[in-house]
Amino acid sequence: MFSAPPLFPEQASALAPQVDNLYFFLIAVTVFFAGVVALAVGYFALKYRRKHPDDVGANIHGSVPLEILWTVIPFVIAMFIFAWSTTVYFRIIRPPDERLEIYAVGKRWMWKFQHIDGQREINELHLPVGRAVKMTISSEDVIHDVFVPAFRVKADAIPGRYTSIWFTPTKPGEYHLFCSQYCGTKHSGMVGTVIVMEPHAYEQWLSGGTSEGSLATKGQKLFQDLACISCHVPEGSGRGPTLHGVFGSQVTLSTGSVILADENYIRESILTPQAKLVAGYQPQMPTFQGLVNEEGVMALLEYVKSMRKPATREP
Amino acid sequence: MTTPAYPELNYLNATHGIRSWLLTKDHKRIALLYLISVTVFFGLGGMFAGLIRLELTTPAGDLLAADTYNKMFTMHGIVMIFFFLIPSIPAILGNFLIPIMIGAKDLAFPRINLLSWYIYIIGGSFTLYAIVVGGVDTGWTFYTPYSTSASNTNVLPTGIGIFITGFSSILTGLNFIVTIHRMRAPGLTWFRLPLFVWAHYATSLIQILGTPVVAITVLMLAAERAFGIGIFNPALGGDPVLFQHLFWFYSHPAVYIMILPAMGVISELVACFSRKPIFGYSFVAFSSLAIAVFGFLVWAHHMFVAGISPYAAMVFSFLSFAVAIPSAVKTFNWAATMYKGAIWLASPMIFVFGFLGLFTIGGLTGLFLASLGTDIHIHDTYFVVAHFHYIMVGGAIMGYLAGIHFYWPKITGRMYPEAWAKFSALAVFVGFNLTFFPQFILGYMGMPRRYHTYPPEFQVLNVLSSAGATILAVGYSIPLIYLLWSLKYGKVAGNNPWGATGLEWKTQSPPLTENFTETPIVTEEPYDYARQGAHVG
Repeated sequence: MFSAPPLFPEQASALAPQVDNLYFFLIAVTVFFAGVVALAVGYFALKYRRKHPDDVGANIHGSVPLEILWTVIPFVIAMFIFAWSTTVYFRIIRPPDERLEIYAVGKRWMWKFQHIDGQREINELHLPVGRAVKMTISSEDVIHDVFVPAFRVKADAIPGRYTSIWFTPTKPGEYHLFCSQYCGTKHSGMVGTVIVMEPHAYEQWLSGGTSEGSLATKGQKLFQDLACISCHVPEGSGRGPTLHGVFGSQVTLSTGSVILADENYIRESILTPQAKLVAGYQPQMPTFQGLVNEEGVMALLEYVKSMRKPATREP
Repeated sequence: MTTPAYPELNYLNATHGIRSWLLTKDHKRIALLYLISVTVFFGLGGMFAGLIRLELTTPAGDLLAADTYNKMFTMHGIVMIFFFLIPSIPAILGNFLIPIMIGAKDLAFPRINLLSWYIYIIGGSFTLYAIVVGGVDTGWTFYTPYSTSASNTNVLPTGIGIFITGFSSILTGLNFIVTIHRMRAPGLTWFRLPLFVWAHYATSLIQILGTPVVAITVLMLAAERAFGIGIFNPALGGDPVLFQHLFWFYSHPAVYIMILPAMGVISELVACFSRKPIFGYSFVAFSSLAIAVFGFLVWAHHMFVAGISPYAAMVFSFLSFAVAIPSAVKTFNWAATMYKGAIWLASPMIFVFGFLGLFTIGGLTGLFLASLGTDIHIHDTYFVVAHFHYIMVGGAIMGYLAGIHFYWPKITGRMYPEAWAKFSALAVFVGFNLTFFPQFILGYMGMPRRYHTYPPEFQVLNVLSSAGATILAVGYSIPLIYLLWSLKYGKVAGNNPWGATGLEWKTQSPPLTENFTETPIVTEEPYDYARQGAHVG
């Protein structure tokens, strides 16, 4: 009736073995301590079974050295796991500079993916094997969560902000993508497939789709349509600051504090412009909340990012 | 051995009629009111669980509609947590035993004690109303903005129910703290207190400090949902993650509200059935307080994938590892207590073994979730579901059953059939492991929680889990039958059927309304089996 069930998820990203090694170590720790407790309890229960109903046990009240021992040993082991797992965690959250950028938007109950070359997909994501991928994630309604078990990565898709995951697929194949933050009726239907392809097949796929131009180009068009360009002129002489080179730079705010212009900052500046005002500029930019959707904001963001490099780009 | 006589006058027959129960100020009768109402909620929550497991025997959503399924797991969580687990041991066994254990006639505020039961019933009625008129589908966690803007189910009545019930929990905690401070019998110093009392003291601290936070959170949720005041919904200028911080600030410590009292029960039983003082009394007592304090500092480990700062995540991971240590210390002390004991394998002790096995696995699998590296993968999967059921069902309910079996003769004056009780403990242990162990594997494979449908490769483990749930249901139902049977046909228990130390065993079973004929004077340490012996009767 059933075929033998798999009991372990596929390892399909460079991170997966690192997470699994930690997992195996934790299993070993669990088996060891559960074994010690079970053996002690089982052995004592048999060995010291009372012989007569009036029997009493030895009048032992405790032992401070033992208490210290079984406080310190678990603590040391816990700290070892903490150090190891935190190291793995920082690898999980810090993407390399050389990477493919993907945008993902969750919406009840579907996933929309946007490649920077312009391809858009719904509930399917095509990726090349062997290249690091960073996915910037947001949501149009409630909280969702991108989870690809084969890659051992996960991040909530939170309305109003960006989160991200990154991974390097190591094996061509098709992998589950689950929404793992409860989002209502069809939560369990909000699933997709990550299709990891050989590089040449991926190139073929990329060129096969209908191209609406790159995401940055789309952003540029929006930038003009929404008249952003009338204030954010390239030379920096407009009513708003120039956006050339702003992404990834340190920005001085009107409050005097300095912050990093990252994805969340750019996003906030489009939708809530007065929240963090650049020093030297008037609070006159209107909000674009409602005028541009999540995907539009992502296109604008990609355009702003593209402005960090010199205007001419090698094809 | 002569059969002891059933005491002619006791708290059960001191007064008669339904009025004498509904207006009682006797902590023991109030405990029984709780016992009945909490059992009703347990049955209800268990029924929801049964439907969930039935649905999950096949990958397709073919038994319940998606919305119905979502309501089932939501209401299962809400009923089990707020109306069963949180009040179970404190409001039943704590209420019944704390005054007797400390040699008092009643709690410090008997009227407030009755009031807290009525508040519980009113809160429960609101929640039952919400269930009857269509239920609620937000998950017991009520995450925003889903709960405030997307769900079109009965979020408000449920929220009001939880808000109200919270006051019952606060008042019980307050009552216990005052009672333990002010009403101990002469000679009963803090370090002569039974560890059950220490555990409830720590629990009460969490109840009075944590519960107001969840009450405020529910009010804010209601303000946004009913009046559109933007607090959590980013479309209204709010912050959805703020809700999670506030919610878990209570709801993580709430886990300790559920497990600490069970730990208190286990300490009593291990000592009694080993005929020995508890190993490391002060370490066990202070580890309860350490858990209560550290428990407040680990909430964000529920939010490692919710975009919180990596450095905050690191700190919360560290603190989550730290909170594991006092639980480990307790477990080692319980095991060590049995060393050179005179161990009586009576039925409550079998439940204790069940607790030790399941709680140990539950606690150790918590390390996987405290570890940032593994939590990212298993967060919000069945691994988490398995972990917290090992703590709350394997730990808390096993402890509750151990306590109910141990104190049943004191509460009712009668014994239940030993063999059936042992069989029930075994069925619960086997059924529990079969239900929840496969879920660890499912979770690591990547099956997300709260899924109505799932990919076919997860089916075998889900079928195993549902089969286990059937055995578990049998294991939980048998005690209901033989405990009720024992009320009429059970052997008369006598004052001290387990040969235990402690003031509660020096008075008659069932006790008089005023517990003792004269105020006891305590001159010895707790669990003093070496000098007092272990005489049944």
